[in-house]
Amino acid sequence: MATVAEHGEHHESSPPKGWLRWVTTTNHKDIGTLYLTFALIMFFVGGAMALVIRAELYKPGLQLVDPHFFNQMVTLHALIMVFGAVMPAFAGFANWMIPPMIGAPDMALPRLNNWSFWLLPFAALLLSSTLFMDGGAVAAGWTLYPPLVLQTGNALPFTIFSVHLLGLSSILASINIIVTIFNLRAPGMTMMKMPMFCWTWLITAFLLIMVMPVLAGAVTMLLTDKYFQTSFFNPAGGGDPVLFQHLFWFFGHPEVYIIILPAFGIISHVIPTFARKPLFGKNSMVYATAVIGFLSFIVWSHHQYTVGMPVPAELYFMYSTMLIAVPTGVKVFNWLATMWKGSLTFETPMLNALGFLILFVIGGFTGIMMSQVPADLYYHDNYFIVAHFHYTLVGGGVFAIFAGIYYWLPKWTGIMYDERLGKLHFWLSFLGFNVLFFPQHFLGLAGMPRRIPDYALQFTEFNQISTVGAFIFGFAQLLLVYVVYQAIRGVGERVNSEVWEGAKSHGLEWNLPSPMPYHHSFEGIDIQKAIACE
Amino acid sequence: MVSASGSYYLPHKAKWPIIGSLGLFTFMIGFSMKVLGFGGGGFLLILGLLIVLGMMVGWFGEVIHESVARLYNEQVDRSFRWGMIWFIASEVMFFAGFFGALFYIRMYAVPWLGGEGTTGVGQFTHLLWPDYAPEWPTNGPAHVGGKFEPMEAWGIPALNTLILLSSGATVTWAHWGLLQNNRDQFIKGLIFTIALGVTFVLLQAYEYYHAYTEMGLTLGAGVYGSTFFMLTGFHGMHVTIGAIFLTVVLLRAMRGHFDPEHHFAFEGAAWYWHFVDVVWLGLFIFVYWL
Amino acid sequence: MSLHLIRLLLAVVLSLQALAAQADYRLNIPVGPTETSRAIYDFHMYAIWVCVAIGIVVFGVMFYSIIHFRKSKHPVPAGFHENTVLEIVWTVIPVLILVGLAVPATKALIRIEDTSGAEMTIKVTAYQWKWHYEYPEEGIQFFSSLDEASDRARQLGSDLAPEKVANYLLEVDHPLVVPINKRIRFLITSADVIHAWWVPAFGWKKDAIPGYVNAGWVTIEKPGIYRGQCTELCGRDHAYMPIVVKAVTEEEYKSWVAQWKQRQETLEE
Repeated sequence: MATVAEHGEHHESSPPKGWLRWVTTTNHKDIGTLYLTFALIMFFVGGAMALVIRAELYKPGLQLVDPHFFNQMVTLHALIMVFGAVMPAFAGFANWMIPPMIGAPDMALPRLNNWSFWLLPFAALLLSSTLFMDGGAVAAGWTLYPPLVLQTGNALPFTIFSVHLLGLSSILASINIIVTIFNLRAPGMTMMKMPMFCWTWLITAFLLIMVMPVLAGAVTMLLTDKYFQTSFFNPAGGGDPVLFQHLFWFFGHPEVYIIILPAFGIISHVIPTFARKPLFGKNSMVYATAVIGFLSFIVWSHHQYTVGMPVPAELYFMYSTMLIAVPTGVKVFNWLATMWKGSLTFETPMLNALGFLILFVIGGFTGIMMSQVPADLYYHDNYFIVAHFHYTLVGGGVFAIFAGIYYWLPKWTGIMYDERLGKLHFWLSFLGFNVLFFPQHFLGLAGMPRRIPDYALQFTEFNQISTVGAFIFGFAQLLLVYVVYQAIRGVGERVNSEVWEGAKSHGLEWNLPSPMPYHHSFEGIDIQKAIACE
Repeated sequence: MVSASGSYYLPHKAKWPIIGSLGLFTFMIGFSMKVLGFGGGGFLLILGLLIVLGMMVGWFGEVIHESVARLYNEQVDRSFRWGMIWFIASEVMFFAGFFGALFYIRMYAVPWLGGEGTTGVGQFTHLLWPDYAPEWPTNGPAHVGGKFEPMEAWGIPALNTLILLSSGATVTWAHWGLLQNNRDQFIKGLIFTIALGVTFVLLQAYEYYHAYTEMGLTLGAGVYGSTFFMLTGFHGMHVTIGAIFLTVVLLRAMRGHFDPEHHFAFEGAAWYWHFVDVVWLGLFIFVYWL
Repeated sequence: MSLHLIRLLLAVVLSLQALAAQADYRLNIPVGPTETSRAIYDFHMYAIWVCVAIGIVVFGVMFYSIIHFRKSKHPVPAGFHENTVLEIVWTVIPVLILVGLAVPATKALIRIEDTSGAEMTIKVTAYQWKWHYEYPEEGIQFFSSLDEASDRARQLGSDLAPEKVANYLLEVDHPLVVPINKRIRFLITSADVIHAWWVPAFGWKKDAIPGYVNAGWVTIEKPGIYRGQCTELCGRDHAYMPIVVKAVTEEEYKSWVAQWKQRQETLEE
């Protein structure tokens, strides 16, 4: 049974011409491309800021930037990487892959889909323009803690509105994803048959809808505290600065799962394909993801162990946080069991997936260590935590994005990317990443606080190693751009619909021609048979 | 495809989203310039709002047009319903954030400031505010905003509760009318609902006026004023939006749109109205009464 | 080739982790002169070894698969994709391990957070960007800011190299002087934004929240100079508000108190 979709104005299988195509498009593939391109640009903008930070930290003393500018870089680097690079990249994957994975003609609400993307460039514009304002950009860290953030100059309202736009974009995109998954699955594509990537995005979308509005409310309170005389965070008026932290982390903790769950999804596709075995324990993977999603709502104050909570609260947040290790462990063990007795090959997507696994597990270990309040009283706000969350968000999130790009790029373009350069990109990234972040564990344990532009002499060596790693990691990303650009230009071998050996048994999308047709992905394809084949 | 009847409608060439983004962008720049005291901020703010309004008129107009042309099958209708449900869910969480702030302040922040609690923060904080006794309502140990009177629950707010609850009933009555193809009851029900909504907003406006001019209760009246006005203010805004939503539905109903099978817009408005209703119950209990 | 690299990297990662566990001050948490510091260190090491043990199993399985189940050696993949018993096992075992972590953590935390029974009190107030110390029982108070040499060396384009400054960024004009072997309660608050008071040798840190007062305690067992820094981003000069605690014997402390009192009196006149 072929997919028939009715189109508003005309039937065509090739995209329209001109730049307006990209502004007015309602096609999930176009919007996916827009998201991914935007993410790539922001990845380089945020990356450049990271290099400013690392360059300044190469030596003790100030060489390049003034501390206030350094703090702006720290703040914007995080905001841009989280909201501009990683989240849009996963939204790009969702747009490209969810409809073909579930046998849908497109996303359920195509106009809304366009809007979710086209809010982002304006948010980015608002945010980055604050760098040039009186008083500079926000310099209070991406966590925007008051009262410090209320000392920001003219940038404050612009930044807050930028967060509103980002939140609105995420909420609309999430609504679209949930509706698509609930309502547009092909007959026979039951929820439990649905691929892991769709599952992880479904739960991510729930999380986004639940937490983004809370962030919007919290930053609105910042705005009114600063400009409309309210006292939410002002103790003299009966408020509490720590209240903001609770609201922020009610958003912020699920936010890190919002980044990592789609990554889990991608990895759950790549490992089975290159192990030539079905994913081990698919059902328990689904349950584990749901449990992680639930737990993410009830652990937020483990980011605030040092603010002075009553001891019972600290104990509660410690126990609930530790629990997260259980479903996360299940996922890791399932991936290992998928590899066990498989028939493994190590193309670039698989290398990145294994890189993900190694780095994420290390990040998980430090996570378990930090969940313990007594030990965290030491680790809190020093470089140990910086190492930890880069291992999970970059080692986890970004390496999964790399894996996903290499895995699906041939499906999107019809061209096999340059495998040699792909592997080189992986090895340089993996090496650079570890040189960059592993020494930061030692810096933290030795007592170096985070978010400082200058440090005591005993921290010099590890900071120098870290900076060298940062430049290796940063410049290695130019290779990614080159590899992707070549594939888009059509340089390279053409691939068939399956792309990877035996991939047809790992998902509907591998039944479609490569590249997938612009419209009517499933024209002439028997979805029922393809689902039954899996 | 999934649905038995027809195929899933996919629109092309969406021009309204980008206009919406531009409108919000203009509005936000205008708002920021306004609070920073730059000239032209107010103008941009209003311009942005007008663009957003225009976008909504245009976008919804296009959708209504397609709906009337029967381009939407049952499956599209389901997409709209799911979309509305999750949109309302996100709105619920927006209010949950403000309610959470209220509970935190009343249960933790204020008692700690007043030295309650035998361990941790509360035990020593009174050293900073030796004269402060924790109480609710409060404008904090420094009496930010000066003397004020708290809002009494059993006057206008109780009346407003009655008004909103009955508007929930009238909108359901309208729904019954629609389902039985009784257009007269449908339209009357909508008119009653909108009238009750408008009354609510007017009473609320009167209450605000009274608070500002006679009770010393302002947005700046410490944390009580902050939570009171932010919670009731955002709620009032949502009632206004809901009333506009219902008015559009009413105008469409008078033009003969909707039948017992096809009336997503009405149901969306009704769900939204019930959501606003439930939020008010929370407000009445936790902001006005307890 | 790639396989060897992975093995090599794993070896490096594991050996560094092991190194971090045993080696000196610069790689690991310092063991300070307080009960809390030792408790935190012990707990930290315990957690590291638990993680290393799990890591050996997880990475062992992973690299065993990579080596033995590569396509060239194991061309026909097995077809299994479920095993309920196994899945229950690897859900229950982590729970047990976590209980094993939670019990000592709970005990340690309750001791660390118990600020009762103090023999003296010091009130710490954070400012942008210096610390203010007050000894309510003695009637002494003073500000403690970054020392002059560090302040000169830290400027953008300074002619004084940080390497030439003793204790660069970790020296103040007036250190906090405290007696050893006394249970001291710190009351920590802030006058402007949130800061955090942290001396790594004491283990714990506590945020300084404006309008609220947090508490922590130490009993320092050995005389010495203990250095730390503000650990909550507090604006432009966050990196430049160090903490120096000078722990001295009871007699030395008494004479220091007398000196300060005199000094304060002369200043007041």
